[in-house]
Amino acid sequence: MPQLTVCPSCAERLEPEDKFCGNCGTDLAAAAVASARKPWQPPAHADGSLVAPRTGEPAAGRPAPGYGPPPPRQEPDTAPGDYGLAPPELSAAATPYQAPRPEHSAPGVVPRAGATDPREVLLTEGDSPARPCVACGTGTVDPDGYCGHCGHAQPRERDHMEEELAGVAAVTDRGLRHHRNEDAFAVCTVDLPDGGPAVVAVVCDGVSSAARPDEASAAAARSASASLRTALADGTAPREAMHQALLTAAEAVNSLADDHDPDPDANAPACTCVSAITTGDLLTVGWIGDSRAYWIPDDRTGEQPARLTEDDSWAARMVEAGLMSEAEAYADVRAHAITGWLGADAVELDPHTASFQPDRPGVVIVCTDGLWNYAESAAELAAVVPADAREHPLRSARTLVGVALDGGGHDNVTVAVLPFPTPQPG
Amino acid sequence: MANFSKSPVPQFTAEVYQNEYLPEGAGEVNAIVTVTSTGGGTTGSHPGASASSAAVVIMVDCSGSMDYPPTKMRNAREATAAAIDTIRDGVAFAVVAGTHKAEEVYPGNGRTAIADPATREQAKQALRKLKPSGGTAIGTWLRLADRLLSSADVAIRHGILLTDGRNEHEKPEELRAALDDCAGRFTCDCRGVGTDWEVKEVTGIASALLGTADIVADPSGLEADFRQMMETAMGKEVADVSLRLWTPKGTRIKYVKQVAPTVEELTDRRVEAGPRAGDYPTGSWGDESRDYHVCVEVPPAGVGQEMLAARVSLVLPSADGGAPQVLSQGLVRAVWTDDMAASTKINAQVAHYTGQAELAQVIQQGLEARKAGDLDTATSKLGRAVQLATESGNEDTAKLLAKVVDVVDVATGTVRLKQKVADADEMTLETRSTKTVRVKK
Repeated sequence: MPQLTVCPSCAERLEPEDKFCGNCGTDLAAAAVASARKPWQPPAHADGSLVAPRTGEPAAGRPAPGYGPPPPRQEPDTAPGDYGLAPPELSAAATPYQAPRPEHSAPGVVPRAGATDPREVLLTEGDSPARPCVACGTGTVDPDGYCGHCGHAQPRERDHMEEELAGVAAVTDRGLRHHRNEDAFAVCTVDLPDGGPAVVAVVCDGVSSAARPDEASAAAARSASASLRTALADGTAPREAMHQALLTAAEAVNSLADDHDPDPDANAPACTCVSAITTGDLLTVGWIGDSRAYWIPDDRTGEQPARLTEDDSWAARMVEAGLMSEAEAYADVRAHAITGWLGADAVELDPHTASFQPDRPGVVIVCTDGLWNYAESAAELAAVVPADAREHPLRSARTLVGVALDGGGHDNVTVAVLPFPTPQPG
Repeated sequence: MANFSKSPVPQFTAEVYQNEYLPEGAGEVNAIVTVTSTGGGTTGSHPGASASSAAVVIMVDCSGSMDYPPTKMRNAREATAAAIDTIRDGVAFAVVAGTHKAEEVYPGNGRTAIADPATREQAKQALRKLKPSGGTAIGTWLRLADRLLSSADVAIRHGILLTDGRNEHEKPEELRAALDDCAGRFTCDCRGVGTDWEVKEVTGIASALLGTADIVADPSGLEADFRQMMETAMGKEVADVSLRLWTPKGTRIKYVKQVAPTVEELTDRRVEAGPRAGDYPTGSWGDESRDYHVCVEVPPAGVGQEMLAARVSLVLPSADGGAPQVLSQGLVRAVWTDDMAASTKINAQVAHYTGQAELAQVIQQGLEARKAGDLDTATSKLGRAVQLATESGNEDTAKLLAKVVDVVDVATGTVRLKQKVADADEMTLETRSTKTVRVKK
């Protein structure tokens, strides 16, 4: 649940453990959720059309301005060697970004950072057995998580989570149309054997049509991150570590299927996975499914933002095979059907990895389709990434989540922002 | 070594089957709740109801009609003797002869006897006194049974009632009043012998007293049936279990019914149990499993919202009047989604039992129409019944239907009413119309 730092009614300063405002008595649990669910103000743009709300369907015939350079050449995972990003191209659509107003669009709402520690959740829940309901404000919440008066489900820890470390920030949100958050992320920093820092972000999107997608994404994010942490600390090359991490995450999701499932007809738990690692001057991405990573350089005027991943999706396959144009493929109802995923039902496990050596500063955006449905091309995304994203990754991640919610929030949305190069500690 | 720490109450589990996904604007939530109790008396591992905590009264119709044919009275006597043999040592019991008034046959001191080899023998001897004469006033039998059962300090009180005729010697209101007074005080299984009794009367008594009803058309079948009934009664482990339904503010319970092993409407039998909670009686439980269909109307919420539509629990009143013991609990949820694939799926259990409830209804309506001479309605209702019974694999009911109608085409439910139907076949179909089968796995 988002945490309020000031009372939304009287602007009294609050402590994190406050349940009611000490000045005016406002019910903070209800207020926090109500304000978190408010539509966000769109950031001001020179060209507002870039963030026009989309309803989750790829818009047919919609111009895909500067759809960007061809996706990064993927080398065999065993092949050594990295390559630099394509030279910048001018893109009319990559309009200069105007920073959003410094204050948050939902006044006073500063979601609590790093609220992912489950022990903390247990403590807060144990401390307040009689929390008031966020839906009706009248009833108290029963131990099974529903209001004892109106029956409404209460916000869950995973509805909105944030985490920020040196060199990375991530935010995930349930969105406005789904009843639970089936996305998950994990971030970590690793000390490399050579003394330099490595930063890792993993983002996973549970497959809704399968059983327990929320568990699948959580397991994949957790195990991929743990695998990367160990491998990188041992001096494993990033691409090799990435390949291994995707296999490890797939294994973790597969093992969920062994459990007894109440619904035997449902597909085995499944999810997508995309990760990015920054190490020194190297940027490495790896993915399975249709969650994406983008490169957004600081200098939006000359440099070319780029999508670093290639979806395992029906539409991408059609385009790749030359059977359909991009516009045709994304207009099809099957466009978003994924052709690769982690899970016991996966036909084949084909982890993709790629490394880049950007020659200038910028940020890596790692996200689920809950975001890129509203800013599909690299140029569109670049237009909504704050100009100071590299200095304020958490605020930028929140802004991007806001873009998705503002666009309709049809899906869960998860965004990780990694500044490049990695800021040196101290 | 005996495990003395074992709880005397069997373990209850409640499983909820539902499609919780609703489309935008929808507000009707359907769920099947399967309640299973294990660890009761019929598994053999446990000696069953601690014998001293149960009492049973057998009520035998001794009206004049029991003499036509005389085998009826003889069979009733033998069946009662077989039932007495099945009573476990330590169980309190009594035998009542029912006519236009009720008479104690055994032990005859206004109380119950404690079963042992000697009392069982004495009771069987006393059955010789059963002589058919007089009328039928079932309300008086039930009131005497209630007095006898309440004289024993026991948890499980059960009656077994046998009748062969209509309740002609008291007003329907008198029987109704007796049932109202006895409901919740003891459970009662009812059997109609022969074909001169009224199906609705007998099923009504069983329903009010949370027992089973059946027909024993041929008196020679009584003995086996009585022994079976008593064995089931002896397996009961816990009495006065209620199905408690908590529903949030703004919701409406459309209906609550037991749907397996038989259809039993419970909606109007609600007893308020605290804020927004109500109890529906389920009687006593042995090792068994029953299914309930709960239908709740909730105020529609926006896509992405989730709420609890009902919390279903099994509760047992505490002996000292304190807070009842919750034996098991299940949640019925509502989640609004714009995913059509999710919201249009009908849960297999809900679909199955909706069909079974309709089956019971169309059989009753069809037979009623047939009696009233409305043959078109009868044909269409019973045709639909044939279709439903076959589709759902309710073979027993399909067989009973085939004795009343000639099936032309099962798939379309095309039937012809038989010209001649034996009373016994028609009454059997009517009595057993509420019997359901479970979902084919």
